[in-house]
Amino acid sequence: MSTTIYQQPDAQGYYGQFGGAYIPEMLHRNVEELRNQYRSIITSKDFRDEYQSLLRDYVGRPTPLYPAARLSAQFNTNIYLKREDLCHTGSHKLNNALGQILLAQRLGKKRIIAETGAGQHGVATATVCALKGIECIVYMGEKDIQRQAPNVARMKMLGATVIPATSGSKTLKDATNEAIRDWINNPNDTHYIIGSVVGPHPYPDMVATFQSVISEEIRKQLKEKTGSELPTHVFACVGGGSNAAGAFYHFTEEQTVKLVAVEAAGHGVESGLSAATTRLGKPGVLHGSKSLVMQTEDGQVVEPHSISAGLDYPGIGPMHANLFASGRGTFLSATDEEAVRAAFNLTQLEGIIPALESSHALAGLHQVDFKKDDVVVLCLSGRGDKDMATYMQAMGV
Amino acid sequence: MSRIQELFKKKNKQVLNVYVTAGYPQLNSTVPVMQALEKSSADLIELGMPYSDPLADGPVIQASSTIALQNGMTIKKLFEQLKEMRASVQVPVILMGYMNPILQYGFDKFCADAAAVGVDGLILPDLPEFEFENEYGSIIKKYKLDFIFLVTPETTTERIKRLDALSTGFLYAVSSSSTTGKDQNMSGVSAYLQRLQEMKLKNPVLVGFGIKDKASFEAASEFANGAIIGTAFIKALEGASDVAAATEQFIRTVK
Ligand SMILES: Cc1ncc(COP(=O)(O)O)c(C=O)c1O
Repeated sequence: MSTTIYQQPDAQGYYGQFGGAYIPEMLHRNVEELRNQYRSIITSKDFRDEYQSLLRDYVGRPTPLYPAARLSAQFNTNIYLKREDLCHTGSHKLNNALGQILLAQRLGKKRIIAETGAGQHGVATATVCALKGIECIVYMGEKDIQRQAPNVARMKMLGATVIPATSGSKTLKDATNEAIRDWINNPNDTHYIIGSVVGPHPYPDMVATFQSVISEEIRKQLKEKTGSELPTHVFACVGGGSNAAGAFYHFTEEQTVKLVAVEAAGHGVESGLSAATTRLGKPGVLHGSKSLVMQTEDGQVVEPHSISAGLDYPGIGPMHANLFASGRGTFLSATDEEAVRAAFNLTQLEGIIPALESSHALAGLHQVDFKKDDVVVLCLSGRGDKDMATYMQAMGV
Repeated sequence: MSRIQELFKKKNKQVLNVYVTAGYPQLNSTVPVMQALEKSSADLIELGMPYSDPLADGPVIQASSTIALQNGMTIKKLFEQLKEMRASVQVPVILMGYMNPILQYGFDKFCADAAAVGVDGLILPDLPEFEFENEYGSIIKKYKLDFIFLVTPETTTERIKRLDALSTGFLYAVSSSSTTGKDQNMSGVSAYLQRLQEMKLKNPVLVGFGIKDKASFEAASEFANGAIIGTAFIKALEGASDVAAATEQFIRTVK
């Protein structure tokens, strides 16, 4: 595995000029403990054996790489869907939550906290906590609690305590603030399972590593299906960027592979109601790392907007900021409306109801001209069960 | 010698540092509150620059920041307000805030403007030692600003020594690992403060987080050079029509 600034950060957690650990001293010991131990723990045989067997028998990996014939015909190219929607609990989030609970156990932690937007990460965390019998507290924006009710019910059934974040935009950003504060107040027994490739070093690297199982499988599966490990394009949606990091991971050094990230444009990039960070953001510090952040001229964080709670975040992970700044990644955006339209399109062509987040990646397909022999892999990060209320509204039922 | 160092040379027991959010409770109350703090014999003033996402703050100080932002406070406005500050305020003034708004203002320009209006030091809780040594410390030093690091009961002895060596002015001993405003039993903190005292640090030590009245101020001061009050003072200012009177009344309950 090669080590470069695209795939892995330097010792201080920097991907190019982005990353690092901008944390108050109150978190230093926790973050330092993780930084010193995560690599040796996650590469140990004991960890890998348990992680691999649970990925297979519990998560349901490998997830299929599905050649979507009718969708391919529509775009006159070859599209493969990486079916993370078929993971247990309905999204890629479980790969990371599982990795982190095994890590937390080995660090001797007795209490888990997490933030969640769409609720998928909260559900994944509540699930692995139930699996391991560990206490679980999930912070969720008050607004997200309302729009992702099925996932709130699932977390509660799994035994987690869901605490509403009532400050700011009452969405993912604020849930993250509350989780970090909880961690500050509980420094000894608590592990914070961050749900995306954001936060202070080593989180972005750790989460990307756990999600890299996605691109590892894509390479193998693509080889079996096409004879070549390398697609021409990899598409993924970006909230914080964990499914995109996982889908891109083993392709970052393959210059022939176009890495296409799709952000949420909300009502439109210039509408004032958007979450398209690379279009609207500037370098800044949010939630412990230096990255691109949507903010006012005075450096106050802007409240983002997306129809999909999982993309409703004013930043992106430092790995993605670096992919963007260096030009290695292509960043597109899709509006709420385009995402919903893409969701219906996929459902009717392939019989797959995607998560609203993944629908943004699907909407991105319309913005690229493909050749007939291109091989396009799209990370279908989650399934749409949790979004049925939104889809029903779109259908007028 | 900096104004902060001079203070501790003259007085090294029961030093009272009071935190207030700039632009709270009203946009223009910043300087009147500072004047009232000086008049009621606070020894140091820590001015908080409001931020939308303050990680280390508890609900009371966070709410004061939200109000200050709604009032229209910005770093630029704050420097305008502080332009005439030194005509009426003699005590050392420290700016406390988070990195993001400062980065947008421009880190070098921020330090230059702070020094120009007579600010003495900075507390930036999310600027840790690595970033300080690697990038920002030299800029802070260029403008002769003191930089105060935080230590907590979780900070190792070796690290406390390193943070003390990097700090000038004083060292900020957080009374427990917590966000601001959590009630503290000061007797539980004394062992930690005694440990700091025995380390013979280069800097004086002020204790913060959870100090709210005379009893907690005196308990905290017993094994340190003094203490910092934040949340309790913000509560005292809440809804006050006469901020000067409210300030003086509050400080009388402490000193
Ligand atoms: C299905 C799904 N996809 C994508 C995301 C966005 O997260 P990330 O950008 O970290 O993959 C979420 C977040 O909740 C999600 O639930």
